[in-house]
Order: sequence, then structure tokens, then C-alpha cells
Amino acid sequence: MRIHVLFFGSLTDATVVPDIYLETVADTAALKELLIQQYPLLRTAKYFIAVNQKMVQENTTLKTGDTVALMPPFSGG
Amino acid sequence: MLQNERYIRQMILPGFGLVSQDKLRSAKVLIVGMGGLGCPALQYLVAAGVGKIGIMDADQVSASNLHRQLLFNASEIGQNKVVVAAVKMNQLDNAVLIDSYPFALNKQNAPEIIKNYDLVIDGTDNFSAKYLINDACVLLNKPWVYGAVSRYQGQLCVFNLAEQDTPAINYRDLFPVAPGSGEIKTCEETGVIGVLPGIIGTMQAAEAIKLITGLGKLIYGRLFNYDLLRAGSYEIAIAKQDNPLMIDRDFFESMNYVEDCVMEADGIEEINVATFNSLRTNPNVFVLDVRERHEYPAIDFSDAQIPMSELQDSIAKLPEKEICIICHQGIRSVYAARLIKSQRHVRVYSLKGGLTAYFKEAL
Repeated sequence: MRIHVLFFGSLTDATVVPDIYLETVADTAALKELLIQQYPLLRTAKYFIAVNQKMVQENTTLKTGDTVALMPPFSGG
Repeated sequence: MLQNERYIRQMILPGFGLVSQDKLRSAKVLIVGMGGLGCPALQYLVAAGVGKIGIMDADQVSASNLHRQLLFNASEIGQNKVVVAAVKMNQLDNAVLIDSYPFALNKQNAPEIIKNYDLVIDGTDNFSAKYLINDACVLLNKPWVYGAVSRYQGQLCVFNLAEQDTPAINYRDLFPVAPGSGEIKTCEETGVIGVLPGIIGTMQAAEAIKLITGLGKLIYGRLFNYDLLRAGSYEIAIAKQDNPLMIDRDFFESMNYVEDCVMEADGIEEINVATFNSLRTNPNVFVLDVRERHEYPAIDFSDAQIPMSELQDSIAKLPEKEICIICHQGIRSVYAARLIKSQRHVRVYSLKGGLTAYFKEAL
């Protein structure tokens, strides 16, 4: 099974697509590394991570079926 | 016209009544920014009968505003937004008092102005202003309604709501440090469809009405993300940082909310305590403490202490070395690093978490 990753706001400049599915990744730190390899522009992007619609501050273990959101700040008005 | 006849359609709603109408009439709201978010928020709050509304913006109406700021029309291009808005809102309901501030919010005027209101609506279009609103509201214990858009998506959240037993969540719990320029593009660069800030600004007005009347459940403790193309929303539960930033008078005074957004953040390395410990003993690294002089504790491992407020004048005097910057919590040091980096071609580090993290690890 897989992990669903969502990219919000301007992060799609780096990823082009709004979401991807990945084969199981151990935790959010590993996920970040994997995403940077796949989308190098994400390295300098600012965002926080949410797992299953809950913001996480520390490295968090991921399991099959989890949804991970990368949420950047917006500033337009 | 009888005032109650004007508001009758909302007063007859279940749970609303004269009580809520009276609460709205007694309320004082400040709207910062008369743009795509601020205009609809203002129009709905005046129409709903909020007692007093402050409106703030330094800009004039321009042709590129008109597709999303429906309060203005083509004949008003070049006129001050706040002046035009005040005249029109007076025509809509002259029982609503409008305070006009035809200038920008800044560090000097923010505490004096915000203290006169119950809550602030953020209708701004840049990070400096959003962080300034956040920090001033934390200092003054005022809730604020954040709104922002990016392309086809919008964000909405109520911040700094004082509730019993739970520390108030503020914007820096989500994003402790403001992005540098170039990290996040503005609407001017990326475009915006008029209806989107219309939706988000109207929702900000709705949150303000709920905050004032106590009706319903606020968008608090969760970030609301709206996607216009998908016609869907996504919510994220948010919480205080485990080591929340202390936003006090010292912090506020030491921040530079203007230059922050025009500086490059590229090339600044945020380092952890272990890396710091190896760098600080390296003779090729200059350790710079940017805390104000009265801040404790004193430390013996910095090469110089230049408070953030004096840094600009001292940058030229810094040695030709790599510079490692430290402060209380690792926020000011990022701004200091940006400032130095914008003027000097040296490697610049910032200790993440600041001396708070350092001493925590040393214990």
C-alpha cells in the first residue's frame, strides 16, 4: 500500500503535480529527503508537514494509508 | 430607516436575536489592508452593523485592483483607498463609525492603534505585515483573523484567541520565521482570480461576526485551506510549538518588520547545537551575539555582541570570516543573517533555537 502526499499553494511550482502516491516511506524525515531528490526546488521551499490532517513538529513515523500534506504560508491578498 | 429594520433578516435567525445585534453594535474591529480581502470584509461588517471599524491602507486605487476590489470603481483610480472606502461605508450605514488610517501599519504605530480594537482582520498582501500584526496582537492579547491567497487557493485561521487553560496559538507556531523575499511569490507576480479573495475576505468577516457574537465554532486550532478549482477544502489541526517562541516587548522592539521582506534568505545555514559547538571553537568562525545588551544570561563564547537594532551600522566592521549568529531563540539571528548576507559575501550561520536550545542541551 501507499502514502498519499499533497502539495499546497506554490509548492506545485516545484512538483508540478498537486499530489503523488509513494511506496511506503519510514518517516517524515525520509519523506522530505525523498521529495527533495525528486523535486530539487523543494529544498529551499518553506512549509510545514501535516500527517492525516494534523500538523507535526517532530519526525513522525508513517504507515500505509497515511496522507501527508506539505503546507506553505500564503501571503497574497 | 429604523436601525432594527435594517438588521431584521439576521436578527430573526435562530440563536442570533437582539443580543447578537447589540454585541455587533458594541464591537470595534480593525481591518488592515483595503485590498481583495479587506474590501469584502469591510462591506459585510458595516452591513452587519458592527459599531466601529478602523480601516488602514496607504495605497491608492489602481486599475489592476478593480477585478477583485469591488468597493472601488474606475472613476476612483488614483484616489486614496481609505478615503474612498470611508465615504462609501458612510453611505451604506452612517450609524457605523469608521476610523480612517490612510497609511501603513508599522512597528511604531501598531500597538497604539491596535489597542483600541477588539480584534484585527488581516487584509494585507505581504509577510512583513502579517508578522507585524501577529506579534503586535500577541503583545496586546488581541485575536486576529488571518487570511491569504496563493493562485487558486486561500488560507484562513483565527489566531491568538485567549481561552481558559490553553495557551493561544499564533502564526509563529505555524511558521516561526517569515520567508525571505523570493521564497514565496506575491499576487503581483503570480496572479489572482478576483473571486478568490472575495470568498476568503467574506469568510474572514464571518469569523469576525462569530468571534464577536459567540455564535458557532471558529476556525481556531485548525488551518482552513480552500481550493477554488477543486471547490473543496482541506483542514489541518494546528497546535502550539513544543518550545514556543516568546513574543515579548524585547522581541517586538528588536524586529525589523520592513526590511525583512526585501532581503535575500538564500545561503543562510540554520545549524543545530552540535554543529554550533564545533563552529564556535573554529578560529575562522566569528561568533556574533545579536541580543540586546540587557538580555541574560551573559555568555563567554561570543566574539562580539552587536544588538539587532545597531547591526546595520556595524556590518562593514565585521571581520572577513564566516559568521555564526546567535540570539535568544534563533529568530532574530535569522533576520540578522539575512541582513549580513545581503551586504557581505561570507558564509553565515544561525543557531536554530538560539541560546534557549543551547542551554537546554548543555543541561
